Amino acid sequence: MKEIIQDIKKRFNCTDEIEQSKTQTYITVKKELAIALITHLRDIEGFTHLVLLTAVDWIENNQFQLTYMLNNPTKKIDIGVRVFINRETATMDSAHHLWEQMATYQRELKEMFGIDFPGSPRLNEPFILEGWDNIPPYRRDFDTLKYAQETFFPREGRETNDPAEFMKKKMYPDEEK
Amino acid sequence: MKKNNKIWQGDRSKYPAFDEYGNPIIDLKSHKFTKLWHGPNHPGVTGNMSLELTLSGDEVVEAKTHVGYLHRGFEKLMERRLYIQCFPTCIRMCVPEADSNEYVLAASIEELGGIEIPEAASWLRTLVLEMARLQILLRTVPGQAATLSLGMGAQWGMYLRDLILDRFEELTGGRIYHMFIIPGGVRGLLPAGFKKRMEENLVEIEEFIDKIEDLIFTNAIFKKRTIGIGYIDPSWVDKYGIVGPNARAAGYNRDVRKDYPYLKYNELDFEPYVGKDSDVFTRSQVRKHELIQTVDLIRQILAQVPEKGDIRAKTPNVLHWELPKGETYQRSESSRGEYGLYVVSDGSKYPRRVNLRGPSYTHAVALLEKLLINANIADVHSIMVSLQTCPPEIER
Repeated sequence: MKEIIQDIKKRFNCTDEIEQSKTQTYITVKKELAIALITHLRDIEGFTHLVLLTAVDWIENNQFQLTYMLNNPTKKIDIGVRVFINRETATMDSAHHLWEQMATYQRELKEMFGIDFPGSPRLNEPFILEGWDNIPPYRRDFDTLKYAQETFFPREGRETNDPAEFMKKKMYPDEEK
Repeated sequence: MKKNNKIWQGDRSKYPAFDEYGNPIIDLKSHKFTKLWHGPNHPGVTGNMSLELTLSGDEVVEAKTHVGYLHRGFEKLMERRLYIQCFPTCIRMCVPEADSNEYVLAASIEELGGIEIPEAASWLRTLVLEMARLQILLRTVPGQAATLSLGMGAQWGMYLRDLILDRFEELTGGRIYHMFIIPGGVRGLLPAGFKKRMEENLVEIEEFIDKIEDLIFTNAIFKKRTIGIGYIDPSWVDKYGIVGPNARAAGYNRDVRKDYPYLKYNELDFEPYVGKDSDVFTRSQVRKHELIQTVDLIRQILAQVPEKGDIRAKTPNVLHWELPKGETYQRSESSRGEYGLYVVSDGSKYPRRVNLRGPSYTHAVALLEKLLINANIADVHSIMVSLQTCPPEIER
């Protein structure tokens, strides 16, 4: 594991190496070199199993973190490749040619985070949401509570109670507040 | 070429026509194709998922998976909850096997918080995970035959599954959602007489396995309709991210319990069953052997699980627990394959990001869309169930 990390650090200018456990390491790479690094890991170092691709919204730094979690089934080790991209432009190179399921992950990220992967198949087809016209819902600035209050207004005949007050009123109706 | 008069084979050389990329040219107005929605409320679909099929005669030319009927935004909701509050949300990510969810979340929190769990808790977690595997396999093994209208085994299986749910109720208080695994350990020890009652159930399950061998696996119709159907090329395993029983049926000896031993699995004696032919029949054989193996594993665990002892490590107050900044990925072997959770902590009381890696994310979308091409309409359901798809873990 250490040799692989030393090697890719030299070749692809990887930084911020974090050894989470003996078998799991995270590294950060620049956006331009990310797909080359992932291809190198898959074809040369044997990280043939794509575990997951997901995004983390670091809104305070105006960045999205993309994590490509790769697994080497022979050596039984994992590498988490982190790529930081600008939150405003939110575009990343597509890697759909490397794994067949990659297109599904990219399609979900486009819908949920608004990250664009030009060239990825069926990217703009709705995956989970249908007729969504708000900002992508998994972004940090999307407020789920506010959206629910605005969209699903209280139905007639339905009331909301504070549990403590409600039980007090029910059990001790004569007692004053 | 000599014409085979015995078996009718449609001439597919000219029709449907394919474009330069190998995709079929589909013109619905030509009346040569039929669009059929298989689901989301089809009684045969294992959950709220639908397949948009384009048929030419009774053969599938194109298949598209549609999910989103069960989207609840769990990953987003968890970002606004304390770690302990994430548990009731997380277990609902895959309903039939909720304990894997509990385990991966608890393991991620413990990994980030640097907590070691006591010996007894480790054994009890292993027991609960294997019981969860047992109850789902009692549904899926005979369920494969039910997709081909042989429903008897599935009914027996449902009865036995209820017995295991009784044991769950006894141990945890819940039947489907248990909330037994918590950060730092588990909620309780084995109740008195649990081992005896479990053993009685296991004996009954062994009789059931013998019965389904006669009813299903030696049945000529079942064999005819599953052997050679839904073939997964072994070279697709890495290309499509195939894991678990589906990868083992294709000849890959991959099992998270063996490859990345967690809890007490390295102290248990078992060897994953690996198939060769990679069709629907082999996958159901792999699952049947796993059922036998799980019964054996539960016996091994019950012989070793401590009756007394500490079951919970000391953790900070869960209402004010701030995990150190970091990220981790924790995996477990569910009945469907590698099941993992990626958790990012920003040092606050709330997770920054939680992402689930469910096996169905690849099995039910990219792989199923590929497998269904050229399949007969009558086999669609059987192929889908043979991959053991679970839509809730695709959309979360």
